[in-house]
This record gives sequence, structure tokens and C-alpha cells, in this order.
Amino acid sequence: MTHTQKRVITSSIVMALSTLSAVIGIGFLLWILSILIINGVDALSTTIFLEEGAPPGNENGGLKHALIGQLMLVGYASVFGVPLGILAGTYLSEYGLKSKLSEIIRDISDIMMSAPSIVIGAFVYAIVVAPSGQFSGWAGSIALMIIMLPIILRTTDDMLQLVPSTLREAAFALGAPKYKVIIQVVYRGAKAGILTGVLLGVARVAGETAPLLFTSFNDNFLNTDMSQPMASLTVTMYNYATSPYEDWQKLGWAAAFILSMFILTLNVLGRLFLLKRKGK
Amino acid sequence: MNSLIDKVFANTTKLIAISVLLLVAWIFGVLFEHSLKSIEAFGFSFLTETKWAPNLEKFGALPAIYGSVVSTFLAMILAVPIAIGVAIFLSEIAHAKIKTPIGVSIELLAAIPSVIYGMWGLFYFVPIIRDIFGGVGISMLTAGVVLSIMILPFMAAVTRDAMNTTPDILKESAYALGGTKWDIIKDIIIPYAKAGIIGSFILALGRAIGETMAVTFVMGNVHKISTDLTQPATSIPVTLANEFAEADTELYFSSLFELSLLLLIISFTIISIAKFYFLRRKRIGQ
Repeated sequence: MTHTQKRVITSSIVMALSTLSAVIGIGFLLWILSILIINGVDALSTTIFLEEGAPPGNENGGLKHALIGQLMLVGYASVFGVPLGILAGTYLSEYGLKSKLSEIIRDISDIMMSAPSIVIGAFVYAIVVAPSGQFSGWAGSIALMIIMLPIILRTTDDMLQLVPSTLREAAFALGAPKYKVIIQVVYRGAKAGILTGVLLGVARVAGETAPLLFTSFNDNFLNTDMSQPMASLTVTMYNYATSPYEDWQKLGWAAAFILSMFILTLNVLGRLFLLKRKGK
Repeated sequence: MNSLIDKVFANTTKLIAISVLLLVAWIFGVLFEHSLKSIEAFGFSFLTETKWAPNLEKFGALPAIYGSVVSTFLAMILAVPIAIGVAIFLSEIAHAKIKTPIGVSIELLAAIPSVIYGMWGLFYFVPIIRDIFGGVGISMLTAGVVLSIMILPFMAAVTRDAMNTTPDILKESAYALGGTKWDIIKDIIIPYAKAGIIGSFILALGRAIGETMAVTFVMGNVHKISTDLTQPATSIPVTLANEFAEADTELYFSSLFELSLLLLIISFTIISIAKFYFLRRKRIGQ
């Protein structure tokens, strides 16, 4: 066998192995996805949206409590986390672009984005749950907000930097003060990008379970009082899935399906906004 | 008037930006403060003691540390070759028509919450392990496999991105010299993107070691060190997830806080190595 033949054969073998591992990897992921869809769709019904949790064996159990709880937890986290993240990102890009301080904040935020979320739960337990003596919706929202903050901060920072400096200079030349330049020119130019960051940030925290386990805890019934323990789709999913009751497990799959669809939709929307921006 | 608003706006944004740093310092500070009782009671033996017995007020973290290390190691061994395969497939083999849809689906799968991987593991993978190896099916091995599947999309996506940074002109030159695809991968792409590829793996490792929900379902939370991978085990995040809401004594809480602190320090270190040594972000202007 000539040297060339050997190389060609080796190459074909490696390519075949790569394709095989791609098939295995993608196969596993498709398996999980199809199970999620099959079980989720099977478990869906209108009762799920209309009824609260019920004891096992009761046909009329639903996820209304968890859906509303989830929306409130993520909603409040976003109400505070999004503006704070955008303002902090604004500082990095518009005021301290190349300063040492900004570099440190960028580095730390990058690390925080991958840091274990359960540790944030422990932190919030120490500063909110322990002093107040009880699990609460607020504690859960604060934990989610802390997780969301670095994501929004970094995407805002990146997206604002993409706005051409000539736009800012033109506005300054017209005599606009800096805050007006930022709000009316820079934010407007980076609108789609910031929105993408917000959607991805919200999607990321919506799937968080670990930091809610001992902050917002859980509740099998509808509760809209943020100072009380609150149900979330994720923790409900965990509790129901690990229970021995089949009807609860079924509700768990419904929760998994609803949550995944919500998160995937946010991700797809975020990408579309970004594409639109690039298309311009 | 405008200059006043300008100042207020500038300082508000600065204050919030700085508060992000303070928040991180606060997290470390609070976890350390709450760990003090356990540090005083056990000192370094916390890290080497194998007995975790809340009823006796004895807390040793070694089984949890061992579980974290072994499950993450298993996950990496399984996920790395497949992630490389997927990345090579996406960057060098796949036709342009399927490259984008498969690439995007993998990125979307990386966004699926880990709790769902855990749930899949519990209902569909545990029985398989049980049938093959006997026992309950809830084990270190199960946790490692579920973890590997969970980090696979993320790992494959970042590895592909790292490989894609190789300039086309380098690859084309090598093809022009008669290189095969494998020649181009091993002699051009891998040397060029080495730092990025290794960085992606370490970053995935950092994520895997702190991952809670994918493993909590399938690991069992048993504080025992066993070399038999088919036995139930525990890891730091699994212990936290299972026991935090149930802890009843101060020392118990303090030990759990020390575990959290330990986990945070380990992840911070691993992620920093990945980010600052291998994946140094391009500074503005470069």
C-alpha cells in the first residue's frame, strides 16, 4: 500500500468515526426530545391550566399554581434584573469601555455565567430565608435575578459596542448631552441586540431549578403572595417526577413540556431578532 | 440641568456595575461566614473525613467530593470524544444544507433546562442501567452518563466554534498540497484551534461539576465511597439539593454552607482557567 493510499484510508476511517459519533450524540438528544414531546403532549389537557395541585390519585390535579408561580418568580426577577443589567452593561460600554474596572467586571460576569446556580441558592438562603424565617417567592426571585444579571450585563455591553461610534459622534455634534446620546441613539441602535440578551437571560433563569429548591421552595396550591413559599414549574417537576404516583409523574412531564416550549420559543425569538439585525 | 442628569446617569450606571463586583464578593463572604462553625469544628478533616452522619453531628465531605470528581470525570470521558466527533462533523463533513439546521438544533438543545435531562435519566436511563448491571439503577455510572449527555450540546457547540476560527486560507493551502481531511484536521485545525478546544472542554468541565439537577434524580445521595460505579453515590451539588431544606442543626447548616463554598471555589477556579488561560477574550481594538 502506498503512503497516499494509507493516508486516504486513515482519513476515511476518521471521518466515518466522526460521523458515527455525531449520529450517536444527535441520536441521544433526539431521543430525549422525542420522549419529552410524546410524554408532554400526552399529558396535556385543559385541566392542567385550570386546576391547582391535587393529592395523588385525584384526576383533577393541574399545574395552574406552578404556572402562575413560575411567571411571578421569573417576572419579578426580570423586572429588577433586566434594567439593572442593562444599566451596568451601559457603564461598561459607554463610560468605562477600556478601563481596568470594566475589564474586571467583564471577567467576573463571564465566570458568574457558568458558576453553579445551587450556590446562589445557598447564598440567598443565608441572606433572605434564614433572617426572615421562611421560604418565600421573593427569595426565589432574588436568586434568579442574581443569575440573570451577568447575562444581561454582558450581552448589553457587547451589543452597545456594535453601535458605530460615528452615530454617537453625530449626536454629540448636534449638542446632545451624553445621557441623551445613550438613550436616544445608542439604545435605539442596539435595540434588537439588547432584546435578544433579555430573551436569552429570561430563558436561562426560567429553567433554573437548583436555586429555587431552598429559596421559593414549593407549594402544591395557588399562592400569589411573594412573601410565602411559592410553586414553580421546575421544582414542581422535580417533586412530581420523584414521587411514586403515576398521575403526578404525568403532570411532571406536562410541566417539562410547557417549560421547554417556553424556553425554546424565547431562544428562537432571540435568534430571529439577532438575524434581523445582521440582515440590515 | 443636562449636565446634572448626565452626572446622575453616569454615576448610577457606574454604581450598578460596581455592585455586580460587590455582589460576588458578598456571596463569597456570606458563604464563608456561614461555614465558620463547620470550619472550627472539623478544620481540614472536613475534606478528608468519609463519615457524613447528621444524626451524630459528624460531617465529612470526602464522599461528596469523590462523587463530584468521579461523576464529572466519567461525563468528560464519554462526552469529549463524541463532542469532537460532532464538531468535526459540523465543521468539516456535513453538507452546508444540513450544517446550519443541525448546528442550530444543538445550540437549542443546550438551552433545554438540565432538570429535563435528569427526568429523562430517571425514567428512561435508570431502568437500562438496572437491566444491564442489576441493583437499583441509581448510581454513579448513571449520573456520569446523564451528565455527559447534558453537557454534550454545549461542548459540541463551543468546540465547533473553536474549530471554525481556523482561517479558510490555511485549510485551502493544505488541501492544495494534497492533504486529506484528516491531515487538515490533525495538522491544521487542531494545532490552530488547540487553545480554544481545550478551553471549551475545561469550561464544560466547570459547568458539569456544578450541575445539580441532571444528577440529583439519578445519583441517590448516599454518602459512601465505593469503587463500584453501579452503586448509589453523592456529589456536592446533590448533597446540597437533597439536604439543604431539611437541615435542622446549626452545624449541619454550616457544613452545607462549607460544601457550597467549596463548590463555588472549585468552579470559579476551573472556569477562570478556561476563560483566562485558554479562551482569553479578544480585547477591544484587537
